[in-house]
Amino acid sequence: MKFLRDRKVRDVLWQVAASLLMIALIVFFVRNASQNMVKAGIASGFRFLWRDSGIEVPFNITGYKPSDTILALLWTGVANTLLVSAASIVLATVIGFGVGLLRLSHNWLLSTLAGCYVEFVRNIPLLFFVLFWYFGVLAALPAPRESYSLFDLVFLNRRGLSIPTPGVLHDFGWAALMTGLLVALQAIVARWARRRQARTGRDFPTWPVGFLLCGALPILAFIAAGTQTPWDVPTLRGFNYRGGFILVPEFVALFAALSTYTAGFIAEAVRGGVLSVRQGQIDAARALGLGQGRIIRLVVIPQAMPVIIPPLTSQYLNILKNSSFGAAIAYPEIVAIFMGSALVATGQAIEIIAITLAIYLVLSVAVSIFMNWYNARHRLVTR
Amino acid sequence: MKFYILAAAAAYFVVTSAGAQQLAPSPTLDAIKARGHIECGVHLGLPGFSYANDKGEWTGLDVDYCRSLAAAVLGDATKVKYTPTSVQQRWPVLQSGQVDVLARNTTITFSRNASLGVDFQGINFYEGQTFVVRTKAKVTAVKDLADSTICVAAGSTEEKTAADWFRERDLKVTIINFQKNDDAISAYDQGRCDAYTAGIGALAGQRIKFKDPSEHQILSEIISNDPQGPNTRWGDERWQLVVRWVLNAQIAAEAFGITSKNVDEMKAKSPNGEVRRILGVEGKFGDMMGLSNDWAYNIVKQVGNYGESYERTVGMDSPLKLPRGRNQLWTKGGLLFTPSFQ
Repeated sequence: MKFLRDRKVRDVLWQVAASLLMIALIVFFVRNASQNMVKAGIASGFRFLWRDSGIEVPFNITGYKPSDTILALLWTGVANTLLVSAASIVLATVIGFGVGLLRLSHNWLLSTLAGCYVEFVRNIPLLFFVLFWYFGVLAALPAPRESYSLFDLVFLNRRGLSIPTPGVLHDFGWAALMTGLLVALQAIVARWARRRQARTGRDFPTWPVGFLLCGALPILAFIAAGTQTPWDVPTLRGFNYRGGFILVPEFVALFAALSTYTAGFIAEAVRGGVLSVRQGQIDAARALGLGQGRIIRLVVIPQAMPVIIPPLTSQYLNILKNSSFGAAIAYPEIVAIFMGSALVATGQAIEIIAITLAIYLVLSVAVSIFMNWYNARHRLVTR
Repeated sequence: MKFYILAAAAAYFVVTSAGAQQLAPSPTLDAIKARGHIECGVHLGLPGFSYANDKGEWTGLDVDYCRSLAAAVLGDATKVKYTPTSVQQRWPVLQSGQVDVLARNTTITFSRNASLGVDFQGINFYEGQTFVVRTKAKVTAVKDLADSTICVAAGSTEEKTAADWFRERDLKVTIINFQKNDDAISAYDQGRCDAYTAGIGALAGQRIKFKDPSEHQILSEIISNDPQGPNTRWGDERWQLVVRWVLNAQIAAEAFGITSKNVDEMKAKSPNGEVRRILGVEGKFGDMMGLSNDWAYNIVKQVGNYGESYERTVGMDSPLKLPRGRNQLWTKGGLLFTPSFQ
């Protein structure tokens, strides 16, 4: 009993006891729920995941077929959630940074427009945005027979954007290799340019020169592969265009809604970050003779980033979670097809909601960890 | 010890002689009587079946079933509280006990019966699935819909039936699943899809939701037989008995020609044994379920028999103008029948 007098040991014991109590509580609730469900005749357990789904998913990037299992359906939903979230995160960041910087512009018209955009977006519910884009997109587009077409290869109508896909992906092996080569060469040029600048102070137009040197190679390789491979070109069959890849209007609407909506919040985070950089820094940069663009890129943004990243992270998480609004417009993401179709088909609400929660949790934690790592890496080294 | 046995025996006699018959406990029925109204799960809004007008008054075939239940249990058809439910909400709402009964155009299927903990208590409408298309699309048969895009409510039997039907025939279609019927309808109306699929009865009512109903046409070809009826959760068999026999009473009343207009006369004069038992003149059938003996009389008096209810809500006296078809009594070429009131 002597060891109980050690404070450290006691602390550990308390924590162990608290954790055990937590686990016991969870076990109790799970057992209780499953017993009650058995009594009520409701199926329980996770075996349904291996049952045939039979549910059609009109837009998928995983090659899912209705004859696959519900587990495959779940994976398709996760993939669609990730796809729209990733695309929206990129576009929202670009628009958000643009609007945030414009809001600080000395041009009255630009800063007022940016301010109006932010106020407008922040004060409207997201569901309205999603529905507005969806029905807006649908109303603006023509019926399949009156499609807009580009060289009779790409077609745009209410059923989506049909683009041709290459029949054999292997034909693009060389093109991929060339792209890799270009990236490598570019990196070498950039390294050399940086060293030279450090040595002589002279600037070097890295990007244009790099592209001129070896940009033509991958482009030529892509063209060569494109003429070699048999293309799957969309054709009008009966009601719709078949073949190729169809980017559905649900995706476009959700993507546009999430990007434009979240951009408003990101713009505010960016503005706050930029305002946190002391005026002296900018004046000093100007005194050194840097141009406006370089002041922002080399002096302001790096110092603003530590302030911007935490709110930016939570906006990225919002995009991930708000992608569930896709359910309102039949975009087949995890809530629509797993918590919607699969739940009604199997009736196993508790299991399905638990799985969905766990997936959102894992994805969100992954995004946070990445952003924290990024922030730690790019934090200014203060002396 | 002896005293307790005697006391127990005495109590037993008191209890059994007070009530005519010892009844199995029914928590649902007790709860309904205590709260004074029935909680009925209905559709979010389907003209002809369950639809609330601008004053919030519900009408429809399924609503009439709920009213009949209230008339039988509480003696007053108006004592119903309606809970509108979407395709997805209906099961949890029933399973959790939030509603006493679900009367919501719900198709009886094996997997629902086997894995959801719900029981179907009868059939009040034989639905058949079909499609609505734009008139100018010149579609006459379902197979003409090959390569089309079809809007449907996710998790409905229609979603699966349509997918199976086209796959079986090796025809390719794109099926877009919406969370609510109304979302699917408005997306179809906006031109997202070439067709919207649902039961022919449901479509007759939903058609009025289109911007211009005359531009659309409902195909007469039917690709399924979807029997629909009220359902309850497992357990509480006495409540299930009530739910089942209220529906049977509606149908039996029509079969025996008892209508809301002649019910008093029939009750007073009819020599038919079954009519007399239905209307509570003899047999004390209400007592056996724990209801008053004029339970079925109240149904017919306040709501009407099945035929009256059908014509008023979805039949010729309604905007839907659905012919009786399979929803006619078996004696007149339909599929409706009821077990005997003996």
